[in-house]
Amino acid sequence: MKQKIICILVLAVIIILPVFLLSDFRLSILSKFVVFAIVAISVNLLWGYTGVLSLGHGVYFALGGYAMAMYMKLQAQPLPDFMEWSGIETLPWFWKPFQSLPFALAMTVILPVTLALLVGVPLFKSGTKGVYFTIISQAITLIVSILFVGQQGFTGGSNGITGFKGVFGYPIGDPTLIKILYGLAVAVVIAIYFVSKFMLRTHGGVIIQAIRDRETRLRFLGYRTDSFKILTLATSAAMCGVAGALFVPIVGIISPSLMSILMSTEFVIWVAIGGRGTLLGPIIGALVINYAKTSFSESLPEYWWYFYGFLFIAATLIVPKGIVGTLKEKEWFQNRFNKLKTEHE
Amino acid sequence: MRKLVLFIASLALVFSCKQKEGKASAEEVSTVKVGVLHSLTGTMAISETDCKNATMLAIEEINAAGGVLGKQIEPIIEDGASDWPTFTEKATKLIGQDGVKSVFGCWTSSSRKAVLPVFESKNSLLFYPVQYEGMEASKNVIYTGAAPNQQILPAVDYMIKEGKKKFFLVGSDYVFPRTANKIIKAKLKSEGIEIVGEEYAPLGHTDFTSIAQKIKSSGADAVLNTVNGDSNIGFFKQMKSLGLSAPEVTCMSFSIAEVELKGIGVDIMEGQLTAWNYFMTFKSEANDKFIKAYQTKYGADKVTDDPIEAAYFGVYLWAEAVKKANSFEPDAVQQAISKVSYNAPEGVVSIDPVTNHTIKNFMIGRANAEGQFDILYQSPEMIAPDPFPSIATDKKVIAPGNIQ
Repeated sequence: MKQKIICILVLAVIIILPVFLLSDFRLSILSKFVVFAIVAISVNLLWGYTGVLSLGHGVYFALGGYAMAMYMKLQAQPLPDFMEWSGIETLPWFWKPFQSLPFALAMTVILPVTLALLVGVPLFKSGTKGVYFTIISQAITLIVSILFVGQQGFTGGSNGITGFKGVFGYPIGDPTLIKILYGLAVAVVIAIYFVSKFMLRTHGGVIIQAIRDRETRLRFLGYRTDSFKILTLATSAAMCGVAGALFVPIVGIISPSLMSILMSTEFVIWVAIGGRGTLLGPIIGALVINYAKTSFSESLPEYWWYFYGFLFIAATLIVPKGIVGTLKEKEWFQNRFNKLKTEHE
Repeated sequence: MRKLVLFIASLALVFSCKQKEGKASAEEVSTVKVGVLHSLTGTMAISETDCKNATMLAIEEINAAGGVLGKQIEPIIEDGASDWPTFTEKATKLIGQDGVKSVFGCWTSSSRKAVLPVFESKNSLLFYPVQYEGMEASKNVIYTGAAPNQQILPAVDYMIKEGKKKFFLVGSDYVFPRTANKIIKAKLKSEGIEIVGEEYAPLGHTDFTSIAQKIKSSGADAVLNTVNGDSNIGFFKQMKSLGLSAPEVTCMSFSIAEVELKGIGVDIMEGQLTAWNYFMTFKSEANDKFIKAYQTKYGADKVTDDPIEAAYFGVYLWAEAVKKANSFEPDAVQQAISKVSYNAPEGVVSIDPVTNHTIKNFMIGRANAEGQFDILYQSPEMIAPDPFPSIATDKKVIAPGNIQ
């Protein structure tokens, strides 16, 4: 018990320390990493626990982001500038409700979930599995991103949406806002961590893990596995949407590049390197890899992609099951871990 | 235990960030930091790396000549990675973290739009070296590339004078071609000239069979091309195979300079027209000196072009303005920059105090077999910028950042 309290205290210090130690810029970068950790959790829920690999999660992330960006853009300009230069003179009907914050916040979840259902229901009901689902998830992301680039007057085209004034009454880049957003991001990641932890302990959680291990056997037992898969996809999309909504005020822009296949693949890499099928793994993966990415690109602006690539190769060789997955396997670590557990009990 | 390991790791992470910052502020005071922000990786790297090189060349030359106000210029290079959110992040870093006084960079309008809120909220200064679609005049940007009336509109005038009657507009599907064509359409309408077609292809698209066919069947005698990058290979190949070539069908391009010409292939492009403010073949003492310095540093096979030249003289204009203002502060530099001029490779350039855009030369060139452009036309005098052409918009610039 005592050790548990110490753990929580240490964790709280880790979370609060950056607020005092880091500059505003570094803190907002850290917030971005935390947002990516949310994405990684959501990808892991689907891939790590249910065994369904989606290489198109960027689309759910970006949909949440666009919903938030539409609200923030309308706060800055009654008629967005990109509409003006695309020859649209009145605000389109589907933009109008985004003037209200509650509506926009609701949409950051509703839009991705709706798309997830549109994708998931026909695909899983028809028994699409494995690599076929993965390929289709990529195609859908590509389709949506082409749609967004093409509809410049409605979506800002390849520019995306930027030029916000502020949010929650603070201007963008305000030190207080940066701290608020950091706190919000950390709160959400903790909440989503515990939600997934809880979900996996329920009966449904056990079933989705069974789907990953042997789906046919589960079907024999009479479970309708497709419904569970649809539900997991929708949950995962909702988490991604929330992350997207947090990303926009932190970074100050949303663009179609965030729903690209490249970005979606990066999501999966974070999970793989952090530790697929572990709760903590995706968080660590997203933080470590994005930290590496930022520091590489700052110190070697022209060659950083090589080092980034080497990092992936090295990671697959040294920690094939991901950072957390491999640590768990190490004997000394396991011993300590078990000791800790028995002490708890 | 597991969490303890984590704790130590993240503590190390936090402190390593902190240390870096400490080092930066303790550096010697006889330098002044500026940012260089271009895409050095990704799809835009092929064009933007040359701009970064030109900026670095100018900084080196100024440093070799003793620097500015007794200080050496210290460039901090960041990679925008052809990704607009990355541009936003790196601009924030350069201004907020590194404390640079001005930034030289960006190529695409998307990247400029992505960094604009950062420059405006932190009141810093960006030197933007590429021709663009206009409709912007920020207090925090010095535009050293052309506004529409310094490239697109005079090129259309040239085509009309050549007796062209039916225009066809082709472009890549993004902000620049769409906005440029909006201005072109307004211009042609006011001249009473017919537009027989307008087509867009996605960026990176290579199959132009149907578009070329449409051009042929429309009976157009002039094509205005805002297609970007590699797509031009497919476009011009298809045009050639359908026999659509000058003088019957004249094609004027707005996004193909010497660097792109090399990439597209000289054999495909030979005889095609482009409009710019500078060509490598332009004869001037300043240009000879510039080309010599550029090729000595980066290799004899390197070519210079319009954005490279604009990226180069931007640094000199900044240095002149710093001297005039006797200060590195962005506000003072912006105030002073309209009072200075610089003998650039394209001619003596200066900044218009109302719009923050450059007063520039204008030229039309025809691609030759050597991968260069023969200059067919040069404007008799430097053209003043007008980012909000009155034929396309009711808005007017009163002062930088003040648009009504």
